[in-house]
Amino acid sequence: MARQVTSKRKALNTVLAWGIGLLIFFPILWTILTSFKTEAQAINDPPIFLFFDWTLENYQVVQERSNYGRFLWNSVIIAGGSTLLGTAIAIPAAWSMAFVPSKRTKDILLWMLSTKMLPAVGVLYPIYLLFIRMGILDTRVGLVVVIMLINLPIIIWMLYTYFKEIPGEILEAARMDGASLKEEVLYVLTPMAVPGIASTILLNIILAWNEAFWTLNLTAAKAAPLTSFIASYSSPEGLFYAKLSAASTMAIAPILILGWFSQKQLVRGLTFGAVK
Amino acid sequence: MGRITLEKVTKSFGNVEVIPPLDLTIEEGEFTVFVGPSGCGKSTLLRLIAGLEDVSSGAISIDDQNATELPPAKRGLAMVFQSYALYPHMSVRKNIAFPLKMIKMDQAEIDRRVEGAASVLNLTDYLDRRPGQLSGGQRQRVAIGRAIVREPSAFLFDEPLSNLDAALRVGMRLEISELHERLKTTMIYVTHDQVEAMTMADKIVVLRAGHIEQVGSPLELYHRPRNKFVAGFIGSPTMNLIEGAEAAKYGAATIGIRPEHIDISETETKWKGVVGVSEHLGSDTFLHVHETGLTEMMTVRVTGDVNLKHGDTVHLSPREDLIHKFDAQGLRVD
Repeated sequence: MARQVTSKRKALNTVLAWGIGLLIFFPILWTILTSFKTEAQAINDPPIFLFFDWTLENYQVVQERSNYGRFLWNSVIIAGGSTLLGTAIAIPAAWSMAFVPSKRTKDILLWMLSTKMLPAVGVLYPIYLLFIRMGILDTRVGLVVVIMLINLPIIIWMLYTYFKEIPGEILEAARMDGASLKEEVLYVLTPMAVPGIASTILLNIILAWNEAFWTLNLTAAKAAPLTSFIASYSSPEGLFYAKLSAASTMAIAPILILGWFSQKQLVRGLTFGAVK
Repeated sequence: MGRITLEKVTKSFGNVEVIPPLDLTIEEGEFTVFVGPSGCGKSTLLRLIAGLEDVSSGAISIDDQNATELPPAKRGLAMVFQSYALYPHMSVRKNIAFPLKMIKMDQAEIDRRVEGAASVLNLTDYLDRRPGQLSGGQRQRVAIGRAIVREPSAFLFDEPLSNLDAALRVGMRLEISELHERLKTTMIYVTHDQVEAMTMADKIVVLRAGHIEQVGSPLELYHRPRNKFVAGFIGSPTMNLIEGAEAAKYGAATIGIRPEHIDISETETKWKGVVGVSEHLGSDTFLHVHETGLTEMMTVRVTGDVNLKHGDTVHLSPREDLIHKFDAQGLRVD
């Protein structure tokens, strides 16, 4: 009897989980489907779900009209560059906060997090002016720096949590064994934290890839990443849902594939420390 | 090599002074054990010697060189941690070789030393395994291997056996003593287990709240404890401490008598009481005697087995020459 109830509940849970999963995924699915429709089918009322004439025309048009490769390259540089730079800064920062905390460490961590609570638009004006002054408006360097700074608190927080899980005695053993600070971080801490560092890097690539506010506001043509590529198809005067969808699909495809292949690592990284 | 001197060393964490000014000399080649209840500062003292904590004041010298400001790596000491602190991502071979790699030793010499240490510690078959694939005892041996390859001037052990089960602990205790016999290197060993202290040490340092209560050989501590604390801490089962009128007869505030220094008889003697729990170990019997009118419960150790049950009356006679006397301050009076 008890077993029956359990399996019934299990079935219900499965259905519910699939339902919620599909609901969350639906906008992405709809975008992908729309990208294969004609513009007329895309705005058809009632909406057509699967039974339409599949076409690759939108992708051809998008390819002809804009240089996808250049946007993609900019996205790779900005997402990759900001994540690597951020990680390089965050590892020593998180190390010191996890292993040689001072009285103010907790405050600093909270203060860093609080910068994420400020709406980005609040600092747009000063940052925009700074960018003009420094001559880095619409440059990849400028964006790498600004996106890195935006995500740095998250990188430090994540690494800090992972490092906290590493027993301090192991680092002390390395010190007793004659390791310098550099050797301790390089040979002992970093290899032990590899899973944590990897998932931090992955998550931050995704965040940086999808970051739209700064990339849209601080770029025009030269350094514009895929977010600008999508935006260039959302034109207020015309109906280009199918082309917009094609552009969106092309923009999210690389990160979706990366996420798909690394989902195990991501889930492990994100639940690290939560489940022991 | 391996003479360690502490001069007026203190350590405070914030406003809390965990080590009040302390002087101590550890002679070359000596096996010294720091023992005391938890929180007595013994591990802190070891970490100060290791350089993992900075002293608040005072000086530490190793082989007559001032080492107070030296980082741990430059002190020439090796440490074995309670949690073993092995590098989980490295093989046993790389774990043991790590300190040698850090001093950029020639690879052939590293290999030779690692093989040597492994054969001494019976680890040869496990060199290519990761620490996670080893048992507790093997891990502890890897930690010891990592310490011995560098040929340090002294070994520091921080409760190295407390994570092992009882049988392994006895075995490792012997191995460490054996190692000391062979290497003749200074060893400082921290434990809260007075049996470990008694069996392994050349010299025991009994600590309480950061103070050194007594320094001496195991038998000195056993036969002539300097105060009530040491008397109660060293020896198992613990010494019976009696206060009041009975102590006054001896001209002391407190008298102490070890369980093994009380004889039992069926005829009337000096003291008597009622047997409570008796613990039969085969070789010995520990009788817990109540209603003596002297102290709440007295422990008596009888060699072999005795036929006494719960509730039986027993007559006790202490060996007068082995009674310890302490004054009102708890200090020994002779």
